[in-house]
Amino acid sequence: MTRALRRCLPQILTLLALVALVSIFFPQFLAISFENGRLTGPVVDIVKRGAPVALLAIGMTLVIATRGIDLSVGTVMAISGAVAAWTLAAGWGVFPAVLLAIVAGLTCGLWNGCLVAYVGIQPIVATLILMTSGRGIAQLITEGRILTFSDPAFAWIGSGTVAGVPVPALLWLVTGIAVAFIMRRTALGLLVEAIGINRSASTVAGINARVLLIAVYAASGFCAALAGIVATADIRGADANNAGLWLELDAILAVVIGGNSLLGGRFSVAASILGALIIQTVDTGILLAGFPSEYNLVIKAGLVLVILLVQSPNLSQHWHWLRMEIRRQREPKPIGSRDTR
Amino acid sequence: MKRILLTSAALLAGTAASAQTVGFSQIGSESGWRAAETTLTRQEAEARGIDLRFSDAQQRQENQIAAIRSFVAQGVDAILLAPVVATGWDSVLEEAAEADIPVVLLDRRVDSSEDLYLTAVGSDLVHEGEVAGQWLVDNKPEGECRVVELQGTTGSSPAIDRATGFRNAIDGAEGIEIVRSQTGDFTRSGGKEVMESFLQAESGNEICALYAHNDDMALGAIQAINEAGMNPGEDILIVSIDAVPDIFQAMANGDANATVELTPNMSGPAFDALEAYWADGTEPEKFIQTESRLYTQDDDPMAEYEARKDLGY
Repeated sequence: MTRALRRCLPQILTLLALVALVSIFFPQFLAISFENGRLTGPVVDIVKRGAPVALLAIGMTLVIATRGIDLSVGTVMAISGAVAAWTLAAGWGVFPAVLLAIVAGLTCGLWNGCLVAYVGIQPIVATLILMTSGRGIAQLITEGRILTFSDPAFAWIGSGTVAGVPVPALLWLVTGIAVAFIMRRTALGLLVEAIGINRSASTVAGINARVLLIAVYAASGFCAALAGIVATADIRGADANNAGLWLELDAILAVVIGGNSLLGGRFSVAASILGALIIQTVDTGILLAGFPSEYNLVIKAGLVLVILLVQSPNLSQHWHWLRMEIRRQREPKPIGSRDTR
Repeated sequence: MKRILLTSAALLAGTAASAQTVGFSQIGSESGWRAAETTLTRQEAEARGIDLRFSDAQQRQENQIAAIRSFVAQGVDAILLAPVVATGWDSVLEEAAEADIPVVLLDRRVDSSEDLYLTAVGSDLVHEGEVAGQWLVDNKPEGECRVVELQGTTGSSPAIDRATGFRNAIDGAEGIEIVRSQTGDFTRSGGKEVMESFLQAESGNEICALYAHNDDMALGAIQAINEAGMNPGEDILIVSIDAVPDIFQAMANGDANATVELTPNMSGPAFDALEAYWADGTEPEKFIQTESRLYTQDDDPMAEYEARKDLGY
């Protein structure tokens, strides 16, 4: 537990620093109140609005840990959202809608996984195919319009609450805990990391890399389907053109801010989720601070740059060196003092 | 002799009644509005007995140029063009002009010389903003009115012009002030997310009205207001632009107050101008502005919804 905490420490510190920064511009930032049976406040908005990217980041972390990447998650969101809305419009009810949307997401994930594991296409190219064509598939399902529905039970997934807590927030929390549990309480996480570090070596060592790779991409599709369900339920309609647009990039950014290497290997799901929350805090903070919209992307880019610079391994060596220098200057005994510490 | 006369008369009548052929190069079907424009153009052409040749460019200028060249080769009587971009049309428009085929631009303009096309049909985006602003000036409650604005995609011409028009209209009015303005990217989810932040930042009850640059953002914002436990349409007045079917449903429910129509029927005025041109060579004005009609809850929104829902929005 302490090790996990230490792994996430940079992300937690970044998040706290961001909260402090936003509070300067918007003093009521941390205020939470209980109104109409739900918690309200900027922080509640962040954990709710951050749900799609947090869910995508969970799946993306696993894919990136195998040294892959999944560019299609944004369009998979659109596809599964369209499937859910179509099912509801056809009058089949909530459970078939959720089920079919998840099946659609899993199918997309299996397709990506097979292209990567069996056909041997590079992940960035393999998933690019679905990224560019998937929105067309979603538009075919919605017939190019925003497919709306008025099913309160399905809308609850997007805007309902349990004991005051928004359902989307619970969704990423439960998914994150479940995935982290499966990965860390079994050897699965280790095997995924092994593939990412050296696929041939892990195959020689007896790991069935193909099946694992397919499973990882399917998991990413599953998470994307959940995100798509949340986004669709939130606006009570499937917007094939805009649902999940560019969110694959936010998900990758969340994983990177979470300190996971794009070269695969060791990963932390919790840190990626923190990364997603950091991105959402930046987004919501900009909205609350009330700058003109022309500045949104510049401010976001600047903040992300600062966050990545502060977390960069090269720079952290410099930090370490600088700290040591300061300590050495404070304490005039150069020998021995460092070893006893 | 009589028979010959009859036959030639029939032949003459035949040529006079024979359908005019019009080529239509559409951008694509990226939005519901554009799908509705295509549907309405087909309906208008059918009602007037015009043979419409349709070409979908899928957002690519080279497809549109190829389509226009093929229309010229087919010897159509006129070409309707909804240009995807403003530049790069000179040579292909010259080819059409050399073949004496009038070209009418729909919805968007081009940078080419005005001699190269017959006329352009479109909406005045600044005027749309002004109509929306004027509605608020006429209908705002007594006293101060703090307005929040959901802008379109930053830097896009509809966002800039609709913002300008609205400000023109409320400029002279007493007590109307835009307190927050932020982009919702023309999408429902964007409108909802930004409206949530407005409600947090301005503490809901202090907001008197919402102006959204399109209906989709207004529809997202309506949900945000509902979820915050307030009454959209009463606690917060809502005025937006476009007049898509769903906003009429919201108006029928009392959730939205007014919308300004960006009519997808650009082809009606275009065909009017073309028919006058074919008949006696009347040159229309170089820009035909479509009406920016205001719809409110008094305009039987449910009937408007029924009339629009099958147009492909």
